[in-house]
Amino acid sequence: MDPLAAKYIGAGLAAIGTGAAGIGVGALFGQFLSGSLRNPSAADGQRGTLLLGFALTEALGIFALLIALLLLFAV
Amino acid sequence: MILAAGGGHSPIEQFALKKIVPLKVLGIDAAITNSTLFMIAAVLLICGFFYYAMQGATRVPGRMQSVAEMMYEFVAGTVRDNLDDGRDGKRFFPLVFALFTFVLTCNMLGMIPGFFTVTSHIIVTAGLAFLVIGIVIVFGFARHGIGFLKLFVPSGVPPALLPLLMPIEIISFLSRPVSLSVRLFANMLAGHIALKIFAGFVATLLAAAGAWSVLSILPLGLTVALSALEILIAFLQAYVFSVLTCVYLSDAVHGAH
Repeated sequence: MDPLAAKYIGAGLAAIGTGAAGIGVGALFGQFLSGSLRNPSAADGQRGTLLLGFALTEALGIFALLIALLLLFAV
Repeated sequence: MILAAGGGHSPIEQFALKKIVPLKVLGIDAAITNSTLFMIAAVLLICGFFYYAMQGATRVPGRMQSVAEMMYEFVAGTVRDNLDDGRDGKRFFPLVFALFTFVLTCNMLGMIPGFFTVTSHIIVTAGLAFLVIGIVIVFGFARHGIGFLKLFVPSGVPPALLPLLMPIEIISFLSRPVSLSVRLFANMLAGHIALKIFAGFVATLLAAAGAWSVLSILPLGLTVALSALEILIAFLQAYVFSVLTCVYLSDAVHGAH
């Protein structure tokens, strides 16, 4: 296979990981919403945990994106 | 490269280090680069802001004083929630506050077009992360002695499982500085590259000329939206960095869990 083609295919494969992180972030906010609609008074106290979870989950997607970008521009 | 041909610049060109004042100390290259310059700018900005805001502080705070007090109260709340044991937790507040303000200011300075993002270089974030983990190790051993190693022995598990769990605990401890630094660096790097790529689309479409250049409004809108997201991320990552610092430090303060 042409190395350049392999590079682009690899970058595309690495970008799948961002979709997986998307599932995670969606689940996170969905669960938070369903929980906070059941008990709105408790929701405000958990906002920090929500943002922390969001940042931790989103970081994994960013790692995958980073690999894709490194393949595209740095390798 | 297709994008480079359209935009004229490579998206990773913005991270290049440029020497401003070449300097050699004891044979080590200690040149003042644009990275150094923005770090100094961030520190001066933080010190200047807090000095100016708290000068002539009044009981009913003015605008600047309110902002300074909000930041203080925000970090103090984070430390209180994650670290406080009524004894030593407060001792780490200055460290966490300094880390938070430094990372936040560097991230936010990077959001200004044309400015350099200090935290998009892994050596900077790794330096901060290893500082945190170093303090955890030093303080943990100083406080608990050799008993600090009980951190790697989870309590309440059957002894037969320990040979399996202890390596996992040790690996998870060792990967903390790596994940702490890579999280911040990768977020900043990927965000700025994505911004640059979408900004490059605008230039490519405009250069294509003809009726198609009307479409360039679409990536432009996306660039604006991405900038807003990036400002949120810049704040969130500074917050996450300080929260995780608190969580790791609480291991050292509380010892075995």
